[in-house]
Amino acid sequence: MKILVPLKRVADPDNANKVKVNAGKIDTTGLEWKPNPFDEYAVETALRLTENGANPKARLGEVVVVTFGPKEAESTLRGALATGADRAIRIDATDEQLDGDVVARALKALVEKEKPDLVLGGKQAVDGDSNQVGQLLAEYLGWPQATFAGTIRSEDDKALVVGREVDGGTINLRVTLPAVVTVDLRIVAPTSVASKHSPAHKYAEGVRFAALMAIMAAKKKPLVEMKLEELVSDAALKISYTGFELPPARKAGIKVTSVPELVEKLKSEAKAL
Amino acid sequence: MSNVLVIAEMHEGQVRKSTHSAITFARNVGGTFSILVMGQGAKAAAAELTGYGAQKVLACDDAYLANPVCERFAPTIAEVAKGGFDVIAVTASSFGKDVAPRVAAKLGAGYAPDISGVTAEGDKLVFRRPVFAGNAYGTCVVDTPVKVVSVRQSEFTAAEPSGGSSPVEDVALAAKDPAAERVEFVSLEAAKSDRPDLGEARVIVSGGRALKEQFAEVLDPLANLLGAAVGATRAACDAGFAPAELQVGQTGRVVAPQLYFAIGISGAIQHLAGMKGSKTIVAINKDPDAPIFQVADYGLVADLFTVVPELVEELKKATA
Repeated sequence: MKILVPLKRVADPDNANKVKVNAGKIDTTGLEWKPNPFDEYAVETALRLTENGANPKARLGEVVVVTFGPKEAESTLRGALATGADRAIRIDATDEQLDGDVVARALKALVEKEKPDLVLGGKQAVDGDSNQVGQLLAEYLGWPQATFAGTIRSEDDKALVVGREVDGGTINLRVTLPAVVTVDLRIVAPTSVASKHSPAHKYAEGVRFAALMAIMAAKKKPLVEMKLEELVSDAALKISYTGFELPPARKAGIKVTSVPELVEKLKSEAKAL
Repeated sequence: MSNVLVIAEMHEGQVRKSTHSAITFARNVGGTFSILVMGQGAKAAAAELTGYGAQKVLACDDAYLANPVCERFAPTIAEVAKGGFDVIAVTASSFGKDVAPRVAAKLGAGYAPDISGVTAEGDKLVFRRPVFAGNAYGTCVVDTPVKVVSVRQSEFTAAEPSGGSSPVEDVALAAKDPAAERVEFVSLEAAKSDRPDLGEARVIVSGGRALKEQFAEVLDPLANLLGAAVGATRAACDAGFAPAELQVGQTGRVVAPQLYFAIGISGAIQHLAGMKGSKTIVAINKDPDAPIFQVADYGLVADLFTVVPELVEELKKATA
């Protein structure tokens, strides 16, 4: 199976509370770039789906990673190559040139060139929190989609049974490839991804880490650059941000020292009971 | 003047309460609005929505729409939208987030996801939406004639009936999408619970990993007493102490109840993103430096296994 995984780098999500706003613009100075966690999970999922249990050295298919961004964003791609992706594409663009819709239209053009069986992405990037590119891409391609995947079972790499995490439970869908799937948190649990050619061992929880040798070897894996204009002729954005601000601070609370005091406060002060 | 099309969501033959947040959005936009109800039994369900001031309630009642497969819904939504609507709104539930971008792509429309507010400035609609896990808010405009939005349930109070009686009209299913033929609904594993939905509960009792295997044993008596919904952190869900659908946070459910108990929750950014809009927050944690105390109105530094049962007893006395 050939899988295309779009990747985005984001300002360190574990320090998102250090995001600043300067003159109406988001300022992430001082925050390290990290791969969007959901996209890392998508890479891990792609690696599991192409794993060859009989011969771990020969992947059954190909995993291609793609990102949009300046030259520095290549380190995100190299990270994915080090964990096992086969090759990478960087589409040169600045943040100002992009919104979810342009990204989806550019990916559509890329899919038509690369012809993957599956586009596997994170369900949302944790900077813009938009949760849209997978769905937009699926519609532009006329492909079925399965969003918020918590489990994936491959049926001979022709169809996938996807357990979608939805409000109030799980919806199981069977999508015939080619398709777009976006992954949720629990896709990286030890037994969430399965195919006939899965290895016999269970996976460790989470994503795999690259060994030093693999990091060195990843520097030699193919990474090509493309221009945004090669993929989209009409690069007009559909949404524009006019400003940003920090949320209003919550007023400082108090510490209570006992359960009766807590109940008393909830009753007479907060009137919450 | 905008003309908004509100997409209702159905579940087991009824309109989901979350739909009422999208109705509130439509009212806030000003102008006029209609509601589209789709699903098996939509005609009957449409009757629930005739008292909210919509120009029309449109019902697409078809067994083809029995299950929430977005490729089956998107063509009809887009077709109805072309009948004079300039804003298409759905609540940002898992259904709404799944289908809204597909509708936007069909219409060539821009999409503003998970918005928390709307204001009309001249002839422009300005949307407000949380980014970076709610650590900043962006204001944005959609630069296409037709705009698609999903509406954050916790930020738009559920609409109450306003009287009147909107006419109900039947809508035919649009031509089927070829993509729909390549997706098959296998099953829904619905969480069975007598408790209120997290999005609608007045009180939520949430727990973290610290509860371990005693998650339900400790929290259930408190939730039962208060008629509360139960929530959980990602860590508690990942560890298997609570089912995934209880997860509150940036990527789980976003909630804003009147009263939120955070029990054994340290307060990771991703969790705070899902609950810091709550009116009153109570935190119980034995670590006095836990970040949860920075957003809590009332903090109690204590061992939860001791004080939660004590809290249940004290509340029984207080509400007796």
